Amino acid sequence: MMTKKETVAMLLAGGQGSRLYLLTERIAKPAVPFGGKYRIIDFPLSNCINSGIDTVGVLTQYQPLALNGYIGNGQPWDLDRTFGGVTTLPPYQAQKRADWYKGTANAIYQNMQFIDKFDPEYVVILSGDHIYKMDYAEMIEAHKKNDADCTIAVFDVPLAEASRFGIMTTDENLRITEFAEKPKEPKSTKASMGVYVFSKDKLFSYLEADEADENSEKDFGKNIIPAMLNAGERLFAFEFSGYWKDVGTIDSLWEANMDLLGSRPALPLKDRSWRILSRNEAHPPHFVGSSAVISNSVITEGCEIYGTVINSVLSAGVVVEKGATVRDSVILGNVTVKADATVDYSVVDSDTVISKEATVGKSIAEAKGITLLGGGLTVPAGVSVPDGVICGKEMLAELSAKGGNV
Amino acid sequence: MNAVGIIFSSINEKSIYELTKQRTMASVPFGCRYRLIDFALSNMVNSGVTHVGIVTHYNYQSLMDHIGSGKDWDLARRHGGIKILPPYITAFANSSNLLYSTRLEALISIRDFISGCKEELVVLSDCDTVCNIDLSAMIDQHIATNADITLGVKSSYVSQDSSRTLMIVRSDEEGKVTEVGEYEGLKNGFEDVCVRIMVVGRKYLEELIADAIARGYTSFTKDILVRNCKFHNIRTFKFDGYFATVRSLSDYFRCSMDLLDPDIRRSIFSVEHRPVFTKVRNSAPASYVTGAIVRNSLIADGCVIEGTVENSILFRGVKVGKNTHIKNSIIMQDTITGENVYLNCVITDKNVVIRDGRVLSGHETKPFFIDKDMHV
Repeated sequence: MMTKKETVAMLLAGGQGSRLYLLTERIAKPAVPFGGKYRIIDFPLSNCINSGIDTVGVLTQYQPLALNGYIGNGQPWDLDRTFGGVTTLPPYQAQKRADWYKGTANAIYQNMQFIDKFDPEYVVILSGDHIYKMDYAEMIEAHKKNDADCTIAVFDVPLAEASRFGIMTTDENLRITEFAEKPKEPKSTKASMGVYVFSKDKLFSYLEADEADENSEKDFGKNIIPAMLNAGERLFAFEFSGYWKDVGTIDSLWEANMDLLGSRPALPLKDRSWRILSRNEAHPPHFVGSSAVISNSVITEGCEIYGTVINSVLSAGVVVEKGATVRDSVILGNVTVKADATVDYSVVDSDTVISKEATVGKSIAEAKGITLLGGGLTVPAGVSVPDGVICGKEMLAELSAKGGNV
Repeated sequence: MNAVGIIFSSINEKSIYELTKQRTMASVPFGCRYRLIDFALSNMVNSGVTHVGIVTHYNYQSLMDHIGSGKDWDLARRHGGIKILPPYITAFANSSNLLYSTRLEALISIRDFISGCKEELVVLSDCDTVCNIDLSAMIDQHIATNADITLGVKSSYVSQDSSRTLMIVRSDEEGKVTEVGEYEGLKNGFEDVCVRIMVVGRKYLEELIADAIARGYTSFTKDILVRNCKFHNIRTFKFDGYFATVRSLSDYFRCSMDLLDPDIRRSIFSVEHRPVFTKVRNSAPASYVTGAIVRNSLIADGCVIEGTVENSILFRGVKVGKNTHIKNSIIMQDTITGENVYLNCVITDKNVVIRDGRVLSGHETKPFFIDKDMHV
């Protein structure tokens, strides 16, 4: 067992993900369930192990309980190692300072000691809010070939959407000449995926300089990358053309789930050569009753379906009773949709019960937007949760009092 | 829990040779995503029995592959955990080189393991039985009644026909066993049938083994239970959940189809705090393509369904092609069916390929079985 690693991955998993509203009330964004049996963090963690990176630091800060419990000792991802493996890195008190992570760069800065323990040549920086399958080894290979100081994975986005991303301008060798964070008039369509490979020594010197700069926001996109570009360091783009999706909003999370549907899904997860690994609970296989109608959907273990499920993704332990309909929706774990209830164009968080003849959302053609129904709630019988709302405990109490007529 | 578990992985293999040709009884696939040993192992860990020896015989490679480190049952432990006990053969030619063929001979071959244990009690379990039983209650009763042996029994309807393969136990009103045996000329009716799980004191078991060696005994039932029930304190523990023994391919078919009954399914899989564990395979969830029709079936993760599935059990990674109709069938892991296939009362073993347009049918009393890796 060699007590050195060529590459260490650092996964930024401390974000709150406030645009996911109720879904991240109690858990950090990387712990948000996805695709029936996964959580968002399964994607970067599986990518790491599938790319041969067996040393991963997961930086946690916001609501870490569920995330810490989920990662555990890393065994589901084969990351329970004697040397290396997965380590959760919460903010800590040091002799001279005690601080929360103030920005992405500061979070890595505070954990330079962890990285140094493995004496790596390269540090991969990842974020915990994207759904994608990517071989980081190819990117590291390109980084070496270019003799780069930093390589940034880029994804070609439509010009109209480019102003939502960090946009790279490159020369013909993919060397980055310009970087603009969320530019109003984007000069290219190469958007940063939030995946960086750094040569360790360069990274450390820029992190230290950035930490000393009081005006800095301690952010990779806003500070570190521009500083490196200004100093004329070798920054390269690495073009990625597979599936990649930022699931930072309810709409994009819903869309990414829908990308699992169909006979040729946009996001194929059945490829055994690039498995997405996850922590599994012991659920029996799912049961489909005689009265069930299921079309274009993804269903996992522990579900019992007696009603109608169309264009939907169901997590473990969901029960759809006879006469109930679930359409164009993402239903998280252990939700029960009782007899003759309807869920349309919605995301329903875990452990919620939708009672008899209640309705949630409106059909995709008529709805103002996606309905988000919080977890652990009970929608009383006959109550309607309207379309395009974010419905938590308070709103549900109001709706119930009015008998659902809004 | 002050008990060590012993699981017999190969008992009664010959009764279901189609499925055990290339594997042990313990690793026979069952119920979409399980293997038979998962039920015995889960019963043990859910009752706090966390030191388990698995007695092996021939062909235990598939079993070792399934068990791995024992992690999936939380049995990868520094203290206790899973121990695979390979067949015991010495380098010297003598009588102990004969591979065991009965339960008692198997126990004789692992007597070093038994005497090396520190636990006071031993739980013995076969793995051709499917049930979710609270062994800790059984152990508590064993201690409270100061029993030498406690046999798990379930009151079941026994016909003359089915009695051949069952072990019927009769006891007095206090639960003390009076008769054990496979009765000839039995009338149809309810009898207590042994669920092939028993609790026995470890020291007492060691004595029984030493005695068996001295006297050349070979059968646990005939030589120990039948002989001793008058002189020793042998008790029954009544179990009232679902229990099935898999003793033939038609048994296997019927027990599998039993899982489609919601009450039976709940009595195995939905007992509070007592889940059934199995090896994790990380299959993606099952996909239903537009046009799929599925009724009264159990479907595992990793399946892709484009056709029609009725009253069937689909294991992980099964693909059902367009216009294909599968009914009353058990389709094991990674079987692929093409288009316009019709299957009725068929059992396919793992990795079977059924090409476009094939029509295959058996009967529930004689299901049509297709061997592992076959192409039809």
